[in-house]
Amino acid sequence: MIKGIIKKGLYFDSVTLMIISKDLNKIKGISDSSVVMGTKENKAILKMADLYINIFDNSDDTDMLISINSESEKSYQNALNFIEEKLNSVRNSSDDTNDFKPKSFESALKLMPDANLSLISVAGKYAVREVEKALNSNLHVMLFSDNVSIQNELLLKTKASEKGLLLMGPDCGTAIINGIPLAFANMVNKGNIGIVAASGTGLQEVSSIISNLGEGISQAIGTGGRDVKKEIGGIMFIEALKALENDEQTKLITLISKPPHPDVLKKIAVEIKRIKKPIVAVFIGADEETVANSGAVPAHNLEQAAYISVALAKKEDYETAIAKLKSRKDKLLSIAEKYSKNKTGKYIRGLFSGGTLCDEAQLLLKGSLGYTYSNTPLNPDYQLKNIWKSQKHTIIDLGEDEFTSGRPHPMIDFSIRNKRIIDEANDSETAVILLDVVLGFGSNIAPDEELSPVIREAKLLSPNLSIICSVTGTDKDPQNRSKVITNLKNAGAIVMNTNVEAVELAENIINL
Amino acid sequence: MSINNIFNKNLKIINTGIESFKENAEQAGAVSIQVDWKPPVDIDDEVWEKINLKEKEINRANQNALNIILSGKPCLIGMDIAENIIPGMKKNLILHSGPPIEWERMSGPTKGAVIGALIYEGMAKTPEEAEKLAASDEIEYAPCHEHDTVGPMAGIVSASMPVFIVKNEEYGNLAFCTQNEGLGKVLRYGAYSNEVINRLKWMEQTMYPILKKAIENLGKIDLKNIIAQALHMGDEVHNRNRAGTSLFYRAIAPAIIKTSENRIEMAEVLDFINGNDHFFLNLSMPAAKATLDAAKNIPNSSIVLALARNGTDFGIRLAGTGNQWFTGKAPIPDALFFPGFTKDDANPDIGDSAITETAGLGGFAIAASPAIVQFVGGTAKDAVNYTLAMYEISFAENNIYQIPYLNFRGTPTGIDVRKVIANNLTPFIDTGVAHKKPGVGQVGAGVLSAPIEPFKKAIIGLSKELI
Repeated sequence: MIKGIIKKGLYFDSVTLMIISKDLNKIKGISDSSVVMGTKENKAILKMADLYINIFDNSDDTDMLISINSESEKSYQNALNFIEEKLNSVRNSSDDTNDFKPKSFESALKLMPDANLSLISVAGKYAVREVEKALNSNLHVMLFSDNVSIQNELLLKTKASEKGLLLMGPDCGTAIINGIPLAFANMVNKGNIGIVAASGTGLQEVSSIISNLGEGISQAIGTGGRDVKKEIGGIMFIEALKALENDEQTKLITLISKPPHPDVLKKIAVEIKRIKKPIVAVFIGADEETVANSGAVPAHNLEQAAYISVALAKKEDYETAIAKLKSRKDKLLSIAEKYSKNKTGKYIRGLFSGGTLCDEAQLLLKGSLGYTYSNTPLNPDYQLKNIWKSQKHTIIDLGEDEFTSGRPHPMIDFSIRNKRIIDEANDSETAVILLDVVLGFGSNIAPDEELSPVIREAKLLSPNLSIICSVTGTDKDPQNRSKVITNLKNAGAIVMNTNVEAVELAENIINL
Repeated sequence: MSINNIFNKNLKIINTGIESFKENAEQAGAVSIQVDWKPPVDIDDEVWEKINLKEKEINRANQNALNIILSGKPCLIGMDIAENIIPGMKKNLILHSGPPIEWERMSGPTKGAVIGALIYEGMAKTPEEAEKLAASDEIEYAPCHEHDTVGPMAGIVSASMPVFIVKNEEYGNLAFCTQNEGLGKVLRYGAYSNEVINRLKWMEQTMYPILKKAIENLGKIDLKNIIAQALHMGDEVHNRNRAGTSLFYRAIAPAIIKTSENRIEMAEVLDFINGNDHFFLNLSMPAAKATLDAAKNIPNSSIVLALARNGTDFGIRLAGTGNQWFTGKAPIPDALFFPGFTKDDANPDIGDSAITETAGLGGFAIAASPAIVQFVGGTAKDAVNYTLAMYEISFAENNIYQIPYLNFRGTPTGIDVRKVIANNLTPFIDTGVAHKKPGVGQVGAGVLSAPIEPFKKAIIGLSKELI
C-alpha cells in the first residue's frame, strides 16, 4: 500500500532527504519510499516512480512530501518514526569527521614547515624516494625500513653527510634524540653520555642499564648495522661521533657495534684518538686487540660498556666497576646451585627477540660451552638443520626474517616465541630456557601478560626447568620495568638484571 | 647544515609509515605529523627513471603551462549555431562527451541522446529509424574535446544546435558548449521523448535569438569573474551552479529587456534560466575548457588538460602529449539516488563536465560548497578534506578561484600526473548520474574518484615523448 503525508513548511535540502530515503528503504516491510520537497519537478518524479498520492495536489515548494510503499500499517508507522528521528538528528548532529591527514611528505612539510626529522618506516623499496625527499628538504632522517640496497644506502649516506644531515639507518630500530625515544627505544634519564650504535637492541640494553644505574643519555644515535661494513665505510658512525664531540651536553661517548670492517675500524680509530672526550667502545665479538687498537676504553659486552660509561660519567675509576661486576660470580654460583640440584635436562635453549642480545649470549657461552646451535650461529657449522627444532645448546634470534615473515617483530608479537617456550618445555633435554624481554616504545605494551601464563604452563610441564629472563628497559617505559619483573617472578621466572647476568646464570646452572 | 643543529631543539617529526611511532614520540614530548602514505602506483622503473631524469624540464614545462592556465581570461562573447562556428562541424557529424567511441560501445544515455539529436535534426522520424541511421556509416562521431567543445553528460552536439562562444581573451582561443536544458528528462541524460525534442526546439528558436542579442549588446560577460564570485557564494560550479546561474541572470536580464520586444518570450527565457540551477554549468565548462586549451602542446608538461568520460571509457589528455587520449573503464559513481532508483540503474560515469575539476573547480573546490557536502559523506569537514587532498596532486594553487573557509586559499589547480601516480591518489569528481537505459534521464548525483588506469597510461605516454 502507498500512503503518505505532507509536512507543511518544513524545509530540508534535497541531499539530506535523499539520504533519509535511502536508509528508509532498508526498514523491514518498506519496498519503496520518497521524502522530497513539493516542487513541480519532484512531483513529476514521484508520479514516474508510482509514489504519487492525491493529497500531494495541495502542496507546494515549501512543503515536505513523504510517500511510503509499505506492506503493513505497522511498517508505515515505523517508517514515519524513522523519518522523524532522522530529521531531528540531522539538525543536531555533531561533526566527528577526522582531521585532514596529508598524503605526502611534501604536503606534511607544508603543514609543518619547521619539521626537522623525517621518520620513515615504509617498505624498503619505497623508502629510498622518501629519504631523498627529506634530505632534499634538509631534514634529518631516521630510516627504520630494511630491504634498502647497500648501493642506495651509500648514495643516500654520502648525500646526507655532504649536507650535514643525520641519516640513521636503513634498518635503524632505535635512537634517542633530544630525549625523545624513536621507534624501538626506551625512556631513559637525560644525562651526559652520548651513544653511537650500529646495533638497535645493543643501544637499548646499554642506554637502559646506564639509566637504571642513575646516569643518563645526551643523544643516542643509531646508524643501522651495515654502516660499519666496508661498502659504507662507517660514514654515519663517524659523522655521529663527530657530532657528539661537538655537542656540549655530551661529556663522554659510548660506541656500540658488531666488529667493524678492519678498514672502517682504522678510520674510526683515527677519530677516537683525535677526540679529547673519553670514549668507551664495545665491538661485540671483536678480539681484545682490535678494540684496544681503536684507542677507546674497551668493554667486552654491553653490560660492561654501560658500567664503564657510568663510572667515567661519575669520574670514578672504571677498573673498580669492572671488578665489581666480576665479584658477583659467587652470588651467581649460589643461585645456580639452587636450580641446578634438581635439573632434569642438559641444555640451554635461548629464545631471543633482540639480535644483538642473541649474539652476545652466544659469545658469552662460547667460553665454557663452546659454539651453540642457532639460526644465526657464530660458526657456520652450527647452523640449525631445522630452525623450528633445537639441537643441544641452541640460541636463536626470533627477529630474523625466517621467523617474522608476514607477522610483526617478536618484541611485539609473542605468539611464535610462546609456542617455542612450550616446545622446549616438552623437550626433556631442556634444562634452561633463556629469554630477553625488551621494553620501551614500539615493543609489546604488556609482555608480562603475554609471558606469564606461558611460563606457568612450561613450569607445569617441566617443574625443574629454569626459565631465566633479563628485562631491558626502565621504570619510565610504558611497560614499567619493575612491574614487569615482579609479574615474571610471580609466574616462576628467574629475572636477572642484564642479558650478561642472565647468560652467566644459565651457564652456571648447566656447568654445575 | 650540521648534525649538531638538531640537538637541543624541539623535535618536529614527519612520520611516514608505522603510526605508533608518531604517538610514542608525542607521548615523550615531541611534535609529530603523520603522512597518510600509500604505496605509489606500480609503474615500470624504466618509466620512473625517464621521468625523474627530466624532472627539471617537466617542472619548467608545468610552470609554463600553469602560467598560461592561471592567466587565462574566459569570457562569453556570443552565440552561434554549431555548424557555423565549431571547427569541422557538419550535418552528419555528432559530437559526444569523453574520449572517442564507436556506436556499438556507446552507453545507453549516449545512444539515447544520439537518437534524440537525429530526431531533432529531422534526420529521423522515429527512435527506431534514428537508431538504424546512428549505426550506419552515414553518421560520424567525434569527441567534443576534439572540436574545441565540451558537453555535460552525453554531451551530444549536432549541427543545428545553438552554442555559447567562450573566448580566452588572453590567448584568443575559443571553446563552445550548448545551452543547459535543466533537470529531469533531458537529452544530455539520454532522453529523447517529444517533450525533450520540443524543449530543444524552443531553446533554438526562442531562447537562442534572445540570448544572442543580449550577449551582443553586452559585448562580453567575464566568466572568470562570475566563477570566482560563485565560489564565494557556495558553488563549486560543477554540481552546484545556483550562485553562478543567479549571477549570470543578473548580468543578462537587463540586456534581454533592452534587446528584445516580445515580453512573453522574454519572460519565458528569464523564467527558464531562473528555474534551472544548472544553467551556468554550460558556461563554467567552456570557461574551464578555454582556460586549459591555451596550454595545449607544451612539450614535457605532465599537466592534465582534460578529464572526460563517455559513459563507457574515462579518458584524459596531457599538455605534453598533444591530442593523445589515455583511457580506462569509467566507474559507476557513489551516488544518492532519486526516489525509485538504485545503483543498479546507474550508468558508468559520463560527461565532459570534469573539465571543471581539471581547471581547479568542481570536486577540487568542494570545500567552497558546504550546501552539497552531503554528497561527500555528510559533513563540511569531509568536503574540506577532499579539497585538501587535491592539493597533493596539483601543481599549483589558483590565483583567482578561492575557498573562503580555507582563508581564501586558491583552489588546487593543474593536475600533475606524476603526483597522481606517486601518491596513488586520483582526481575527485562530483557529478550527476544518468540512467543506464536510453530515454530515462538523471537518476541521482554523487561523487567518484577517477580510475587510475588512464593516469598510468598517461605517464608512460609522457615518458616516451620527453625531449
